[in-house]
Amino acid sequence: MELKNKPVGTLSINALDKDIQVINIGLKSFADTLRSVKTPVVEVDWQPPATTDLKALAVLDRHQDTIDKANEKVMQIIQSGKPLLLGLDIARNVIPGMHNDLILHAGPPVTWERMCGSMRGAIIGAILYEGKAQTIEEAQHLAGSGDLEFAPCYEYDSVGPMAGIVTASMPVFIVRNQTYDNYAYCTQNEGLGKVLRYGAYQPEVIERLRWMEQILYPCLDRAIRSLGSIDLGNLIAQALQMGDEVHNRNRAGTSLLFRHLAPALIRTMKDTEDTAKVLEFINGNDHFFLNLSMPAAKSILDAAKGIDHSSIVLTMARNGTDFGVRLAGTGDAWFTGKAPIPDALYFPGYSKEDANPDIGDSSITETAGWGGFAIASAPAIVQFVGGKASDAMRYTRSMYEICAGESRYYQIPSLDFRGTPLGIDIRKVIENDLTPFIDTGVAHKDPGIGQIGAGVVQAPIEPFNLAMTGLADTLSKE
Amino acid sequence: MHTESVIIKGKYLDSVKLMLISKEMRSQTGVSDAVAIMATPENLAILQATGMMVNGIDTADPADICIGVVAETEDIASQVIDLARDRIAKGFASGAESSAAESKPRTIDSALRIMPRANLTLISVAGKYAAREARKALSRGLHVMLFSDNVSIEAERELKEYALSRGLLMMGADCGTAIINGIPLAFANQVRCGNIGIVSAAGTGLQEVSCLIHNKGCGISQAFGTGGRDGKKQIGGLMLMACLQYLIDDADTKVIVLISKVPDQEVMDQIWSMIATTAKPAVVALMVPFAPPPLKNVHPAPNLAAAAVLACRLATGDQTLIGNGKGQNGDIYPNRKLITLPREPKRVRLCALYSGGTLSYEAQVIYHQKMDRYAYSNAPLEPSYRIDGLTESMEDVILDLGADEFTVGRLHPMIDYALRVKVIEDFSKREDTGVILLDVVLGFGSHPAPQEELAPVISKVITEHGVVVICTVVGTDEDPQNRSQVIAALKASGAVVTGSNAEACEIAMSIIQTLRRS
Repeated sequence: MELKNKPVGTLSINALDKDIQVINIGLKSFADTLRSVKTPVVEVDWQPPATTDLKALAVLDRHQDTIDKANEKVMQIIQSGKPLLLGLDIARNVIPGMHNDLILHAGPPVTWERMCGSMRGAIIGAILYEGKAQTIEEAQHLAGSGDLEFAPCYEYDSVGPMAGIVTASMPVFIVRNQTYDNYAYCTQNEGLGKVLRYGAYQPEVIERLRWMEQILYPCLDRAIRSLGSIDLGNLIAQALQMGDEVHNRNRAGTSLLFRHLAPALIRTMKDTEDTAKVLEFINGNDHFFLNLSMPAAKSILDAAKGIDHSSIVLTMARNGTDFGVRLAGTGDAWFTGKAPIPDALYFPGYSKEDANPDIGDSSITETAGWGGFAIASAPAIVQFVGGKASDAMRYTRSMYEICAGESRYYQIPSLDFRGTPLGIDIRKVIENDLTPFIDTGVAHKDPGIGQIGAGVVQAPIEPFNLAMTGLADTLSKE
Repeated sequence: MHTESVIIKGKYLDSVKLMLISKEMRSQTGVSDAVAIMATPENLAILQATGMMVNGIDTADPADICIGVVAETEDIASQVIDLARDRIAKGFASGAESSAAESKPRTIDSALRIMPRANLTLISVAGKYAAREARKALSRGLHVMLFSDNVSIEAERELKEYALSRGLLMMGADCGTAIINGIPLAFANQVRCGNIGIVSAAGTGLQEVSCLIHNKGCGISQAFGTGGRDGKKQIGGLMLMACLQYLIDDADTKVIVLISKVPDQEVMDQIWSMIATTAKPAVVALMVPFAPPPLKNVHPAPNLAAAAVLACRLATGDQTLIGNGKGQNGDIYPNRKLITLPREPKRVRLCALYSGGTLSYEAQVIYHQKMDRYAYSNAPLEPSYRIDGLTESMEDVILDLGADEFTVGRLHPMIDYALRVKVIEDFSKREDTGVILLDVVLGFGSHPAPQEELAPVISKVITEHGVVVICTVVGTDEDPQNRSQVIAALKASGAVVTGSNAEACEIAMSIIQTLRRS
């Protein structure tokens, strides 16, 4: 017989290992069989991907190596970020593009018409604070008139907790990522209760803002500048080992900052009573450090902007109406979905009925691997996640499933000092049908009332799905 | 004395951990002093005061860790520095978190973290997602057995090409059975290890042949499944050939068995070319009789039972082994003279109710040979003999109850016997049904005690309707169900039990021929 075709030489299978170890995905009985014949087997608790856009998924699969490479670059940048607090200044002097008719807000872009109650309230307060209106009615009218420009903090190198309002006259912290020489800005934290960021605009709210501008800001600025700078990364690393997750719990971070600041405040003081009030204010506000952990996270993440093809999330932010996501690999595009109502513990007299949908840029902390991602570090607030330390550990562990890596710098004591989950990869979010888990405060849905609770929220899947499709679009264009 | 220092930029560890690292450094032989510490001004002052201010440390920032060592030699100093670097890099104990505490893995990657040495992935998720999971597994260097069906043939081709570019097995899609290193995967049987290697594009074909080999006292080196479409032109026999090559090269394999429906001609030619390169005997079963090429080592087998017998003869050199009788391991040989034929003259039709697709196919081939015409089937040899579902037919029928149309919303008939029990009763009530033919597939994944489902209905239909019930039991005595026990129970219920599917078919056909002649 004539043998026409020679065997194809490349068709070979590597010698099989002696010991077969199996990953089983699907029917449980197959794993049972393997166990019954003493073969090591791990069962995958498999879920279908969270998307119906299997085409986009296939595009990402096809470009896996390209994306992986881009993500490596992003991770390298995020891992080596080094946020330093340099001092403070008035927003109009330092935030690029800031002007007197611009109001920055939390989350993705949103029009006055679509804004939630607490954000509207905060804008009314900010207008009063800026002296652009004398009454609430005037302020409301101005806000809806089109004479003012609204824009996300995010697009102006800034971040703001809750409503996140920043106007031209407000003092802001200046944070510099030393490694990449980029800056991030954030206002000073007002404390709890009736505060602007929760949509309150009563006279005492405006009065406090003025005190912060006239007394707190110059005192702090002098003290910080006298120190040269304060290494926020270092403080955050320590705070994570002292029971903070630097989002919903900032007691350790605030205390550490206080220890740094106290002698410097004294040395640079001009008035004893003012200085004492400044120290009291910081000491009395456990969340003071939040407005530093946020710009620290922002400065770390912003350094990785514009790395094409990366599927790593650099932004998660909410405006009380929409939940927005941005990726390193999709430029300035926002991918949004409906902001969810948080699952929270409410202050006496309030319930979920009163809650505003999720709001604020503070989910930047989760994006940087802290907050909900590091909740295992913060046993004191585990009542938000079921009350047990083991619940918190479970939450943190599950976040490793959607991250590209673990922090080399920030660690979680209760997980044997494992690095925090870092670099949310939307592919893994879709794959696992598991969205980021975020610690959050809850604002009242009506303007002027303020905070009514605190709790946790699971990010909606929609913006991640859209981001996946968006990334697939940029990849398939090439 | 030698001193050395290193600054690790931008890394924070708490002081307790750094002290533990310092202690470990100091405990090394030849070290007189050592320290790892955050370079805060206070700490640097302490180092100064204690004489540990090794050169270079003073340039460290407060957010850096500095390491200093005073040791007898340069080598020792740098070794200790390396030790400290390692401990600091790991955060002292990072990653040591016990794997048991890991949350349940949701992806292949997280499963790999728990089992870093995993080498095979068994995938049985819904078809539209299955190819993705398979690709992921292959990209992580894992062999794949893809049990899922409803995977497009294009995707199968792509997966197989990708797998082979990485030297990996890609069994399937729709691969129901394999035995790797003696380990049964999916629907497989507990089969002795031995020197016969199988590559099969037919799932129950692999089960039938591997069990018969075991039952004749021989064993299996590997039994690869490829999925039924591998021999088609679109796949080009990629995995059939790769597995064949593996068996040719495999030192543990003395005899090769290749099972497939007749593949694409080009594929077949390549397979012959490959067999021509080896001296190992190759038993080839294409489910139909065929003319083999003039190669000394090719042994054509007309059916699955014959393939098993040929392989055993070649493996043992014992030419007395025969197909259906005298094997040493519980082979059975029903005495045809003792079979009670139906008394009612109208009962002359055959009704075969299979759970194994390949066995149903083989039954149709044998039927065609013996009866010189085609049987009706939901999966017929000739398209014009198709009948849909369980519609009444006045003809002989050979049904595959494992086909998609019967498994919608229902477990496979190897697991759930309810449908077959019902169909046995229904068909027996029909006045023309003379012979009922069944396969009973044992092994992992199958019904744990099929005799308990079948025996009552078999004795009932024999008593009430006088039909002949013939069963072939695919399995071994090592299977969880124990073949001998199943056979004993079926026999006790009045069934005729045979040693192979081919034999069951022969008997069934000859009975209906007898019935029709009389």
